[in-house]
Amino acid sequence: MRKRNGKHGGMVKLEENISQERWDQQVKRKKKIRNTRQFIRIMLGTFVAACFAILFLMPIILTITNSFMSASEISANYGQVFATTDTGGKVYVSDRVNLKFIPDMVSFSQYITVLLKSPEYLLKFWNSVILVVPIVGFQLLVAAGASYGFTRYRGRIKEMIFFLYIILMLMPYQVTLVPNYLVSDWLNLLDTNWAIWLPGIFSPFAVYLLTKYMRRIPTAMIEAAQIDGAGEWQIFRRICMPLCKGAMCSIAILIFIDYWNMVEQPLILLSDQEKHPLSVFLSKINAGEIGLAFAVATIYMVPPILVFLYGEDYLVEGITYQGGIKG
Amino acid sequence: MHFFTGRKKVKKSGSNRRTRRGKWIARGYLFPSAAGVLLFFVLPFLIVVYYSVVDNPISGQFVFFDNFVMVFQNAAFQQAAKNTLTFSLTAVPLAVVLSLLLAMTLESKIPFKSQFRTFFLSPMMVPIASVVLIWQVLFHYNGMINEILTFFGGEKIDWLNSSYAQVVIVVLFLWKNLGYNMILFMSALSSIPRDIVEVAVLESATPFQIFWHIKLRYMSSTILFVTIMSLINSFKVFREIYLLKGDYPYDTMYMLQHFMNNTFNRLDYQKMSAAAIMMAIVMVIIIGILFLTESYFGKDVEE
Repeated sequence: MRKRNGKHGGMVKLEENISQERWDQQVKRKKKIRNTRQFIRIMLGTFVAACFAILFLMPIILTITNSFMSASEISANYGQVFATTDTGGKVYVSDRVNLKFIPDMVSFSQYITVLLKSPEYLLKFWNSVILVVPIVGFQLLVAAGASYGFTRYRGRIKEMIFFLYIILMLMPYQVTLVPNYLVSDWLNLLDTNWAIWLPGIFSPFAVYLLTKYMRRIPTAMIEAAQIDGAGEWQIFRRICMPLCKGAMCSIAILIFIDYWNMVEQPLILLSDQEKHPLSVFLSKINAGEIGLAFAVATIYMVPPILVFLYGEDYLVEGITYQGGIKG
Repeated sequence: MHFFTGRKKVKKSGSNRRTRRGKWIARGYLFPSAAGVLLFFVLPFLIVVYYSVVDNPISGQFVFFDNFVMVFQNAAFQQAAKNTLTFSLTAVPLAVVLSLLLAMTLESKIPFKSQFRTFFLSPMMVPIASVVLIWQVLFHYNGMINEILTFFGGEKIDWLNSSYAQVVIVVLFLWKNLGYNMILFMSALSSIPRDIVEVAVLESATPFQIFWHIKLRYMSSTILFVTIMSLINSFKVFREIYLLKGDYPYDTMYMLQHFMNNTFNRLDYQKMSAAAIMMAIVMVIIIGILFLTESYFGKDVEE
């Protein structure tokens, strides 16, 4: 960039008879053109980025602002959208759908209803927590060991196993859920949380990512520790783990987002709707309860958003590692 | 391939007693995960292969490809496969191109870069279930999008219950996934060697030439990775559709996962297994083709 704006950029062909003054003038004019061009380009870029930013943020912001509407305001505005799922039809429904950015009157009534009066939503929220947290923790734990195993003393068989992990990781749910279902069926785990926990814990995703990270630790470092008399456990505990702390955070965030969002697994592995996480249950809200749906949606958003705000850099780093780009 | 396996170099290690012991310990670290993967993914998958070629699990009569033919002739499966295919073929290229555009925009000298990055990433964090309500309000027949359309003199469209449904899910897919892809492209862009670009500038290459001949070339492995990830994520669009419309959505939104779910409900093991295996084969073929293309186009820039 700097060279392009340099003193003689693009002005190399200089005829002999041009005086110093005209030369300077020309350079100035060219610079001016270049500056305005760059200015236009920056403006255009900002404009495009801003448009996308608005499109990206709007649904999120709308959900949050709408959660502060009172139940009657919601059903008056959106009743029609959700009326199809309701056969009772006892709520007043306007024939137009008015999307409101800002509620007429800020009210916390949705939250009060959700938090104090209808425990089933909190229960489903708790289901989500119960399903996701052990998966994140234990998948990381299993992956830490496995990636250490993949990193040390690498041989042909290990590389083949690692390749198998990659293939498994790339398989969509449509493929992996059938095997998962069969195992859960044999082990009598269907309809229990274990049916979701166990495949989650042994999912190859974290192993893959952490191995890639751990393989970048210089071998010299490990060899030095070995010469100093460290055993495998000490190398693992005192060298690999501390160096992978950042990567572990990144991976934890990625796993968390994925499982907080899960829909496919509970639908197939948990037939008991009482055990479903909120991510599935939210869609079953009917018109009678639409008044508090936005509050529930917002509450469900809070944990990932908090994670995001605290760990955005980790998340970005994790994504970058996934792509295998040297940053 | 290098972005999946990490460093290629395998260090030879001696075989004295201490390293041999270390090797066994290292295998021990690998054991829990390997056992879990074997038990929960590999072994059952072999059983799935078995189920797909017998007529039913109890009698175990070998029927060869009958199950595959049966699934293939199933109208619901055909519909689901067709929808999934058209969706992936439109959504994945769009996701790649648009996210590259976003990454290039953020790479240029615009203000508030880090804020924009946060904004673009935020859809990735938000659970689909939370925003589905807003999508329903927006895309409803009397919703805001149609109101804008009629304001500009267009016709109202029943987004979720017509052939436009595909458009809606492409939009939802892009909304969710562009940020992730963009991060990958951003880091790829910043890892392109500066000196090569500078030489090109000195040799008066146009910005387009620099983009086409240098940047794209250097990003070929990232483009491949983004394509694979988008493809895999495109199969997850079932989530949006299910949360919007339940088990039986409008025809053009009926995806392979719907077919699988509904087959699950009927506990038709053979059909399920055959469908899963076909899917796995298709995935392996697609990924293989992508790898071959990448190694053909990107071989001269590999380090």
